[in-house]
Amino acid sequence: MKKDKRFKPLLITIIILTLLMIVVSINAGQIKIPFSTVFETLIGNGTPQNELTIFQFRLPRILLAILVGIGISISGAILQGLSQNPLADPGILGINSGAGFTVVLYMFFFQGTTFFTGWLATFIMPLTALLGAFLAAFLIYSLSWKKGQVTPVRLLLVGIGINAAFGAGLIIFQMKMEPIDFTKAIIWLSGTIWGTNWTFVWALLPWLLILLPIALYKSKELDVLSLSAPIAIGVGVPIEKERRWLLVLSVALAGACVSVGGGITFLGLIAPHIARRLVGARHARLLPLTAALGGLLLLSADTLGRVIMAPMELPVGIVVSILGAPYFIYLLMRNV
Amino acid sequence: MNLKKHENNRVLSLTILVIGIFVLFLSVVISIRFGAANLTYHDVIKAIFEYDQENSAHVIVRELRLPRAIAAICVGAALAISGAIMQGMTRNPLASPSIMGVTSGASFTIAIALALVPGISYLGMMTFSFIGAGFGAILVFGISSFSKGGITPVKLALAGSAITSLLSSLSTAIGLKFDIAKDISFWFSGGVSSVQPQHVYFALPFILIGLILAILLSRSISILSLGEDVAKGLGQNIGLVKFMGTIVVLLLTGAAVSIAGMIGFVGLVIPHITRFLVGTDYRWIIPYSAVLGGILLIVADIIGRMVNAPFETPVGAITAIIGVPFFLYLARKEGRGL
Repeated sequence: MKKDKRFKPLLITIIILTLLMIVVSINAGQIKIPFSTVFETLIGNGTPQNELTIFQFRLPRILLAILVGIGISISGAILQGLSQNPLADPGILGINSGAGFTVVLYMFFFQGTTFFTGWLATFIMPLTALLGAFLAAFLIYSLSWKKGQVTPVRLLLVGIGINAAFGAGLIIFQMKMEPIDFTKAIIWLSGTIWGTNWTFVWALLPWLLILLPIALYKSKELDVLSLSAPIAIGVGVPIEKERRWLLVLSVALAGACVSVGGGITFLGLIAPHIARRLVGARHARLLPLTAALGGLLLLSADTLGRVIMAPMELPVGIVVSILGAPYFIYLLMRNV
Repeated sequence: MNLKKHENNRVLSLTILVIGIFVLFLSVVISIRFGAANLTYHDVIKAIFEYDQENSAHVIVRELRLPRAIAAICVGAALAISGAIMQGMTRNPLASPSIMGVTSGASFTIAIALALVPGISYLGMMTFSFIGAGFGAILVFGISSFSKGGITPVKLALAGSAITSLLSSLSTAIGLKFDIAKDISFWFSGGVSSVQPQHVYFALPFILIGLILAILLSRSISILSLGEDVAKGLGQNIGLVKFMGTIVVLLLTGAAVSIAGMIGFVGLVIPHITRFLVGTDYRWIIPYSAVLGGILLIVADIIGRMVNAPFETPVGAITAIIGVPFFLYLARKEGRGL
C-alpha cells in the first residue's frame, strides 16, 4: 500500500530530474553554452551558431538517448518478468549482439550505395537490426529449450554463448571492411548515440509509440507470469503462448533501440531493478517507472561520457557497462 | 585380465599421443610453408639449418613464420593446460581461463601498463600480465564464493562474463583516454599474427616451467578431481595442491596473454576432448591437453590466414567459432557432468 502512494511522486521526481539533466546536457560538451544563452536560444532569441548547435546537434542526441534508454529498459523489464530471471537483459542475453551482427553485415554489403547513404537507410537500419535481434532471440530460445521448458539459468548460459558467437562473426566481417566503416562499426558496437540528427529520432519514435502501449497493456499478464507456473496456469494464462508474445515484444524493442544506440548492455538490467525496489513488482506501476528511469540513466550516462574525458568522447555503452557490471555482480551475489 | 586391459589402454594412449605430436609437427611445417609469400620445403629446411641473412625467404622463416608457429603452439598448450588444471581442481566443467576472468584480468593490466609506462619493456609487460591474471581470478572466485549458495559452475560463468565486460569496458576507456585504443584492441581481439620473435623466446621458459610443474602436479590433481573429501581421506595436502595449481595457471595464462592477448575457448574445449579420449587420469590429460591445444591454435591460425586472404582473421575469432557450439552443449547441461 505504501508503495502505491509512492508511485506518482516518484514518477514526477524522475521526470523533473530528466528535465534538469536535459538542461545540463545541452550546456555541456565541446562548445560550452551558458545556461542563460541556452534559455534565450530555446525561446528563439539565440545566435544562429548556438541555434545550430542546440537544435541540430544537442537536442536530437538528447532525445535519442532518452528514447533508447526507455526502450532498452522496458525490454529488460519484460525479459525479467517473462523469464522469472532477475539477471536477464537484452545485452547479456546476446540479443544486442545479434542485432549488431546484422547491422554490420548491412554496412558491409551496402557500403557506398544509396541504400547506405540515403535517408531510406535510417529506416532500413532498424529493420535490419530487428531481423538480427529476432534471429538471436530465436537461437537462444530454441537452444535453451529442453524437455518442454526453458530454465532461467540455461537461458543465461546459452545467451553468453550466442553473444560470443556473434562477437566472433563480427570480428571476421570487420576485417573485410574499409577502415572508415570499420571504425564506424567499432564505435557503434560499443554503444553510442551516433545518429545525431532528427531523422533518427523520427525513425525510432514510431516503434516506441506502438510497442510501449502494448507493453503497458500486457502488464497484467506479466504480473501473472512472474508468479510460479502452476498459479499462472490456474489463473487461466496460457503460459508458453504469452511468453512467446512477450518475448517478441521485448526483442522488437531491443532491436529498434540497438539500431540507433548500438550495443548497450546492463541498462535493461539496472533500470527495472531500481524501479522494482521503489514501487514493487506490479508491472502497471513498474513499467512506467522503469521507462522514466531508463531515459534518465542513459541521458546521464551519455552526458557523463561526453564530459568526463573531454575533448575525447567515451561511448555511452562503456559508461553504462562500467556502472552496470558491478550492479550485476551485486545481484549475482545476492541471488542463489 | 583387468591389468591387461589397463596395459592396453596405456599403449593406446601413448600411440595417440605420438600421433598427436606428429600432427603437431606437420601443422608447424604447413604453417611455416604457406602464407602471403609461398616458400618451398627446401627453403624452410635450409632456413632452419643453414641460415643465410641475405636470403629473403630465410628471413621470412626465421623472423616471421617460425616465431609465429612457436607462439601458436605455446599459447595453445598453455591455455589448454590451464583449463585442464582449473577444471580438475574446481570440478567445474565450465572452468577455463577465458571464462573465469583470468585472461581479461591480464589484458586489463596490460592496458594499464601501456597507458602508464609508454614504451614498457616486454618483461615489464609480462609482469603486469601475471599480476592481472591473478587479479582477475581473485575477483571472479571472490565474487562467486562470497555469494549466497556458494560456488556453482553457473555462478562462476556469470561472474566471469560480468568481470570480463567490466574490465574490457575499463580498458576501452583507458585506451581512448591515453590514445592507445589501437594497441589495446590488439590484446582484446587476440592473435599471433604480429608476434615478436624476442617476445616468444622470452616467454618460452615460463611456459616450459609451467608445463613441467603441471606434469609434476598431475597425480595430485587426479586425486583432487575425485572430490575434496576423497583427497583428504587419501592424505593429500589440499591447500598446497590448490595453491600450486593456481600458481601454474597464473604462470601459463599470464605468459600466454602477454604473447597473444585474449584467446577464448581453447582452455574450455581441449580438456573436455582430452577427457573423452583418455579418461580421468590427469597424468595423461595434461600432456594431451598441451599437444591438442597446440594443434588447435596452430590450425586455427592457418585457417585465419587462409579464409580471408590477404586479410588476417584474428585467431581468437576462429577459436570462438569452434568453441561456441561446445560451450552451448555444456550450457544445455547447465554445467553438470564432469
